Amino acid sequence: MSAVLDHHDAHDHHHAPTGWRRWVFATNHKDIGTLYLLFSFAMLIFGGVLALGIRAELFQPGLQLVNPELFNQFTTMHGLIMVFGAIMPAFVGYANWMIPLQIGASDMAFARMNNFSFWLMIPAAVILALGFFMPGGAPAAGWTLYAPLTLQMGPSMDAAIFAMHILGASSIMGSINIIVTILNMRAPGMTLMKMPMFCWTWLITAYLLIAVIPVLAGAITMTLTDRHFGTSFFNPAGGGDPVMYQHIFWFFGHPEVYILILPAFGIVSQIIPTFARKKLFGYTSMVYATASIAILSFIVWAHHMYTTGMPVTGQLFFMYATMLIAVPTGVKVFNWIATMWKGSMTFETPMLWAVGFIFVFTMGGFTGLILSMAPIDQNLHDTYYVVAHFHYTMVAGSLFALFGGFYFWAPKWSGVMYNETLGKVHFWLSLIFFNLTFFPQHFLGLAGMPRRYADYPMQFADFNMLSSIGAFGFGTMQVFFFLFIVVPVMRGRGEKAPQKPWEAAEGLEWEVPSPAPHHTFENPPKLDATATKVIG
Amino acid sequence: MSTMKKTGHSVHQRWASAKATIGALVASSAVWLSPAAHAVNDLPGGPKVNGLNFQPAATRIAEELHGLHWFMLALCAVIFVLVFGVMFYSIVKHRKAAGYKAQELPEPLWVELGWTIVPLLIVIGMALPATKVVVAQKDTTNSDLTIKATGMQWKWGYDYLKGEGEGIGIVSTLDNAQRVMSNSGKPDAGVDDYLLKVDNPLVVPVGKKVRIITTATDVIHAWMVPAFGVKQDAIPGFVRDAWFRAEKTGDFYGQCAELCGKEHAYMPIHVKVVTAEEYTAWVDQQKKLMAAKADDPNKVWALADMIKRGESVYAANCAACHQPNGKGAGPIKPLDGSAIVTNADHNVMLNVLLNGAAGGAMPAWKQLSDTEIAAVMTYAKNSWSNKTEQIVQPAQVLAGRK
Repeated sequence: MSAVLDHHDAHDHHHAPTGWRRWVFATNHKDIGTLYLLFSFAMLIFGGVLALGIRAELFQPGLQLVNPELFNQFTTMHGLIMVFGAIMPAFVGYANWMIPLQIGASDMAFARMNNFSFWLMIPAAVILALGFFMPGGAPAAGWTLYAPLTLQMGPSMDAAIFAMHILGASSIMGSINIIVTILNMRAPGMTLMKMPMFCWTWLITAYLLIAVIPVLAGAITMTLTDRHFGTSFFNPAGGGDPVMYQHIFWFFGHPEVYILILPAFGIVSQIIPTFARKKLFGYTSMVYATASIAILSFIVWAHHMYTTGMPVTGQLFFMYATMLIAVPTGVKVFNWIATMWKGSMTFETPMLWAVGFIFVFTMGGFTGLILSMAPIDQNLHDTYYVVAHFHYTMVAGSLFALFGGFYFWAPKWSGVMYNETLGKVHFWLSLIFFNLTFFPQHFLGLAGMPRRYADYPMQFADFNMLSSIGAFGFGTMQVFFFLFIVVPVMRGRGEKAPQKPWEAAEGLEWEVPSPAPHHTFENPPKLDATATKVIG
Repeated sequence: MSTMKKTGHSVHQRWASAKATIGALVASSAVWLSPAAHAVNDLPGGPKVNGLNFQPAATRIAEELHGLHWFMLALCAVIFVLVFGVMFYSIVKHRKAAGYKAQELPEPLWVELGWTIVPLLIVIGMALPATKVVVAQKDTTNSDLTIKATGMQWKWGYDYLKGEGEGIGIVSTLDNAQRVMSNSGKPDAGVDDYLLKVDNPLVVPVGKKVRIITTATDVIHAWMVPAFGVKQDAIPGFVRDAWFRAEKTGDFYGQCAELCGKEHAYMPIHVKVVTAEEYTAWVDQQKKLMAAKADDPNKVWALADMIKRGESVYAANCAACHQPNGKGAGPIKPLDGSAIVTNADHNVMLNVLLNGAAGGAMPAWKQLSDTEIAAVMTYAKNSWSNKTEQIVQPAQVLAGRK
């Protein structure tokens, strides 16, 4: 970190606070970005340890390590922490660091709100995690918090609802900040259709967040009043409708999963052209495809509910709408491959993650297509096939893109190059262990093993064991990543990074020195016609 | 382009991590070899050992699902080969290391339009056959037999509502020996129906259209039998339905598929498909049993009979949590030595049984008959170290309900 922290640009006469004040009172987008990234990595490890608890229990049939209550707490908290604590904040961290740099802005629009939206996450995470020490343990109703099971939970359920409200407030503030920054603070000449794809995907994501976080807030507030104030929104004992909860939750939940993947598309769209030494193929269609995916995400929610017993027409509508998503997603994949086609490719670590992303994420797309078929979903719903599917999209999708983005931009953040060999080891072993963990889960699901099971019939034993071995390997690789890649980069150990470490990188972030000075673009830069270079 | 210097430091670390990885692989493969000695076999009507695909179909709908799934797999495989064939060709050929110079491609509109419209046509091609199956799956009319499946934490209740066997009601619970085996951490690897064996399977005739109406008493459960291609949520306060027509006799297995609390993994479904004659015989037998079982709540029981009856009620309903030895486990309170159980005022214990306790962690057991509740109370009051000689009569339970 010191390389970033101690750096003082010659022209920088601003005296920023130092020591702990610098972080607690942080208003600088780069500092807040760093805080977000460190927080999300800590949550990744926390959620990962819970996942390993699950996989350790499932290593063999029978209950050896945890009882079923604790097992359900692990699966629930793993989901909540990974979605709300690890992946979402990680992308906000990238947004903080990169959006002002990419559009030539001096900082985020609302610097103090930016500070607040980060520091809200800490109490929220603490409250969520403290659930484990409350009577009855942590919430155990699954990350989807389906009623009426939530009505049977102990006080930790209220804590989790409170924590999610705080996280939601944080996300909304972060989104407002991102939208205002992108719409108002672009350097002259940076028109919307010249903006880097990462900014575009985040702009769309931020609108999605503002649209759906209040829906989640409504659903969990109704759960809260059902629990304590005698209402019966979802409580069947008083005439409430548990299925209504699912409709409301997934109206949030499906856009939410695109919130987790659209910025990943943005990162990949930055990396592929750089290492193919070409422009992004079909920039305009990429923007339209992203927007189409976002709009479609609002009309497909009930494909998570094919087995609740919808009428035929409902089943068919949601099936058709869901299949349609394959079209814009396909356009994105084709554009990436067309960008690679006839390029002059090299495969540094960021490119490996990006290509790995396309390859493995697309497999998650195929299983998504299979699951979108309502009749097939009758057999696959709530089985390990679904678990495999969404880990192919969220781990091999979101997380792989996040890793790619780290290797791509860390030289700019820290001023040093990461160790290329170790980066490649991290990629290849993560890829292998990831597939070892999740590929066998497709077979388990097809053969009928339900998810969220603490114990299972003997016939499923071997694939579960394989999956557990893969999970421990994958977890180990992320500790390796922190110790041998992140820590040296934070300490400034490594070859000094040039201003533009990647030969064909384009964009304003490569127009400032490495490490990026504490303040950049204090005066709006003059840009060339492509809005990728500063000309004075 | 930056290239990293390989320092001695990093090489050393690489070797250390490689060694660690090899060590882990050797250790894990050694552990992995041991289940090879497992004697587990495929379970007909249930999961196969290391099954790679759907369980064999026992209904027309399930056959349709197999077909659709193969169709989708083939389609995805073709797209996979085409798309990634292009990508990997490009990765091999268009590298800087191979001296390839980047060429910007023209971006004519027809390209983008083409790869939007062609996938759209493919998607429509997928939707058509799927639509047919959805419509068939949802058609629950003209059933020969209607059975209500009620999900309860954590068992299934089956009530035959219409058709041959009308009036029969059974409760289907996981074999408690298997539940104990699961807790032991060392389940016997030779048990083919591990976690799938129940006391009373659902019995249906072959070749008849069976409509299953699902509901639940507490939280959402899901009634699933993979071989039938059926999965239907059981939602408290609501009824939903599904149907199947089994094409062959035999035993078919499924499990609860919607997270329903701590014993979610322990409420299996076992459907026994029998011939029409066997079904008629089974219905007769059940009717006789029901007549015999219809307990008179005013009957006065002897202590030994009551304890004997209570033992079976306890095994079916209480032992999963409170354990056969009455000691409880973790947050589950022990019954052995409990002041509530041994209290001379029967209403103290009865109140817990009828209304539940610990915020629902101990569910209410109102659905048991007066005789069953009286029996299980008497059993608990006179088992393990509890030697109260107290007897609870059904009439007292009946009075306590008011």
